[in-house]
Amino acid sequence: MATIVVDVMLKPEILDPQGKAVASALPRLGFTFATDVRQGKRFEITVDGEPTAAQLAEVEKAAEKLLSNPVIENFTVRVEK
Amino acid sequence: MKIGVVTFPGTLDDRDAARAVRYAGAEAIELWHDDADLKGVDAVILPGGFSYGDYLRCGAISRFSPVMEPLIAAAKGGMPLLGICNGFQVLAEAHLIPGALTRNQHLHFLCTDQKIRIENNNTAWTSSFSAGQEIVIPLKNGEGSYQCDDETLKMLEGEGRIIARYVGENPNGSRNLIAGISNERGNIVGLMPHPEHAVDALTGPGTDGLGFFTSVLKAMVK
Repeated sequence: MATIVVDVMLKPEILDPQGKAVASALPRLGFTFATDVRQGKRFEITVDGEPTAAQLAEVEKAAEKLLSNPVIENFTVRVEK
Repeated sequence: MKIGVVTFPGTLDDRDAARAVRYAGAEAIELWHDDADLKGVDAVILPGGFSYGDYLRCGAISRFSPVMEPLIAAAKGGMPLLGICNGFQVLAEAHLIPGALTRNQHLHFLCTDQKIRIENNNTAWTSSFSAGQEIVIPLKNGEGSYQCDDETLKMLEGEGRIIARYVGENPNGSRNLIAGISNERGNIVGLMPHPEHAVDALTGPGTDGLGFFTSVLKAMVK
């Protein structure tokens, strides 16, 4: 059993109001380290055995078609050990 | 004249949309998300609500419902299709219109009577208005901020495809105050505010919304 992780983030040029809200909440709690925060989504997909190249290609397709909206989002696919 | 109104799980405004269709003088036909059957309708409305609980992204799961397959084909063939609010989000997810609807810039859910200006009255859904006409209809959304890249925005402006703009302060952060846009042909329109809630003075801010529904009747007669 392995886990394929798909991370989806808004493209850098798309305003992220949720990230901004988090960024402005941090200093109110005394956390002053952040100059910016962006918020995204993470999908953990479980498959049997080691993922094959074909499976990963399918996940790429699914990420483009359903998990992300390519108009406003980028995604990355990786296998978690 | 038969106008279909699609109900997805979580749709809220299908009843009001059907009522607006009847007020305009057409027959409202209920369409079910799980039936790949348009029941011979002449036009379709994707109404507002929270289809599939807005899970994943607003409209992202509805966009792959069985009804969408014949609907996308018919709309690409020229059938009038109006997406209101969540329906607009479904149109964007189906890439029938460019851009995307994102979280309101101020993060708050909006519910207000909003003044908008009709910028293009040459579409299937706006011909009953005069160009530049200002109307008031309800606006209620959490993710109504229209976003697209600069090139798309320039194209929409250049081709007159911004069919309605918010008047006054920007309510949700939409680029160029966009309240609604159309496809190139003008048969598909996505609109964030709700004309179907403004067809009867008893239950809405007025009857300004009715024009969207009478427009499509004219378009179908042509």
